[in-house]
Amino acid sequence: MDWNTIISTTVKAAIGVETVLYALAAIGLNVHFGYTGLLNFGQAAFMAVAGYGLAVTVTVLGLPFWAGIVVGLLAAALLALLLGIPTLRLRADYLAIVTIAAAEIIRLIFRSVAFKDVFGGSDGRRGFSDGFYALNPFPAGEYGFGWFTFNHRLLWVLLVGWVLVGLSCLLVYMLMKSPWGRVLKAIREDEDAVRSLGKNVFSYKMQSLVLGGVIGSLGGFVYGLAFASVQPDIFGTETTFFAYTILILGGAARVFGPVVGSMIFWVLLVLVYGVLSGAVEAGYITFMTSTQVGQFRFLLVGLGLILLVVFRPQGIFGDKREIAIDAR
Amino acid sequence: MHAETTATDRKAAALAAFKDLDRDPGVAKPDPILVVDGVVRRFGGLTAVDVDHVEVQRGSITALIGPNGAGKTTFFNQLTGFDTADAGQWTFNGRNMHGVPPHKVARAGMVRTFQLTKALSKLTVIENMRLGAQAQKGESFWRALVPGFWRDQEAEITERAEELLVRFKLDKKRDDFAGSLSGGQRKLLEMARALMVQPELVMLDEPMAGVNPALTQSLLGHVKDLREQGMTVLFVEHDMDMVRDISDWVIVMAQGAVISEGPPDTIMSDPRVIDAYLGAHHDAPLSESELEKQLHEAEAALEEEIVEETQK
Repeated sequence: MDWNTIISTTVKAAIGVETVLYALAAIGLNVHFGYTGLLNFGQAAFMAVAGYGLAVTVTVLGLPFWAGIVVGLLAAALLALLLGIPTLRLRADYLAIVTIAAAEIIRLIFRSVAFKDVFGGSDGRRGFSDGFYALNPFPAGEYGFGWFTFNHRLLWVLLVGWVLVGLSCLLVYMLMKSPWGRVLKAIREDEDAVRSLGKNVFSYKMQSLVLGGVIGSLGGFVYGLAFASVQPDIFGTETTFFAYTILILGGAARVFGPVVGSMIFWVLLVLVYGVLSGAVEAGYITFMTSTQVGQFRFLLVGLGLILLVVFRPQGIFGDKREIAIDAR
Repeated sequence: MHAETTATDRKAAALAAFKDLDRDPGVAKPDPILVVDGVVRRFGGLTAVDVDHVEVQRGSITALIGPNGAGKTTFFNQLTGFDTADAGQWTFNGRNMHGVPPHKVARAGMVRTFQLTKALSKLTVIENMRLGAQAQKGESFWRALVPGFWRDQEAEITERAEELLVRFKLDKKRDDFAGSLSGGQRKLLEMARALMVQPELVMLDEPMAGVNPALTQSLLGHVKDLREQGMTVLFVEHDMDMVRDISDWVIVMAQGAVISEGPPDTIMSDPRVIDAYLGAHHDAPLSESELEKQLHEAEAALEEEIVEETQK
């Protein structure tokens, strides 16, 4: 087994592209679910409309990179409004049903044959990231030290990605310690009580849905730019559930919960994959082939999520006191 | 001493306003803060509320009583916008309130509490209180991002909240989660939080339900206090001892309609109330003293029987 490669890929995963984009998705979900109590099961759709907004604007309409970013952000905000208007007046579980359905509708539209000219069918879109890499201040080459060595393109993506993560965390921190955040947290506890105190609950839930959706959509941009392509099946329901696992792992309603959750999630995933596939190749494990290892680690994700919810529902950063209240 | 004189003044003023009133349902009050006309709410075939006309006197404590299922809470929900009435008009301070959403009702100065207490469990007691304050600059998204906009106001709100917490003897719980409070303390917190809104009319839905007897007296004191501070109180309650103790006027509902009104000491002798309120359970005890009386009577009867048996 090549421990050197296993450990270096694992360490790199702690700050890798997946970590960044899932951290962004989970920060958005944290605004929705952690702070406001909105069960949004369609976070992948916000990422998808942003990624496709950028891709289609640049490749099909031929507009510059920045226009694509603006279109993507507007698309995410618009999606939040469209989902919110009919469902936010209803009970929380309706939002869950509608968002999961809407996310699938959007994915199926992006991969449909009818819109192949626009969205590119199941192959998706590519060739829209030149504008982004043209802004890269790093000349071509390898950067970093030891295990943290990246080429100039990846370094640029990671730099922008982590800046976005940092800014999103700062935004969430500022908002959640303000009276605005207090209203959101109160809505999570009991909407009617908040109404009886003169707050427009619908408006706050809508603001939360838009904010979390827009933060999540940044994850869609990061994906599209890092891999220089978007495909519809990247934004399936499992993307949303990974984001939920990350959120609960790190601790909901904690500013850095999603970030640390994402780092741990991807480190474990990469580590398990590296160790298992190494063991299969070396002949230590005989009941699996190396292609099955990829599937097997997702089985472990599911098991991990179950154990987490049972034994540490507050996550890593969560406050035990807050959880104990629900238990009684 | 001064506070005591004003206290008696307020009570006297409230009682004087009711002095010469009829006992008919819907009787006109000298200075009504809330006027309700023809409010109807149906659930399918059931008419839960059908109130013809009722007025609530400003600066008084008015009790709303009635048997289970009389539609008291439903009536509350209509008035505060938590449910939509099928028909009817009602005005608060002369302003039409039909179809006004609950948050605007609260902003207008009409604040309610709930039968099942709604303490916001995972917020601290002080955060619960701060939430009640109105027109907070920091509650708008963009201004929330710049603490300079709302820091001063937040300090004022906190000061006001702390004063109220001292009054309601919750100041020691200031930084505890509301979910860790006892049932009675939650009731107190909910009432204190409602006062943060600075309402004119406080509507309490069963303020005594589930409160241990030791806290009852203190809660009663707080309700009376609201009147002394110039607020109007309308409350739903089942405990007749409490109704008699604190209310200036009683409105009786049965099967969705207002059937009688009157002062608390005579209302229970009104034949309409006895008929409709007690109905089939005419002999059921109304209060603890009556329960005791009935128990004594029953015991005496039993003893007589035993004496007869032994004599045989």
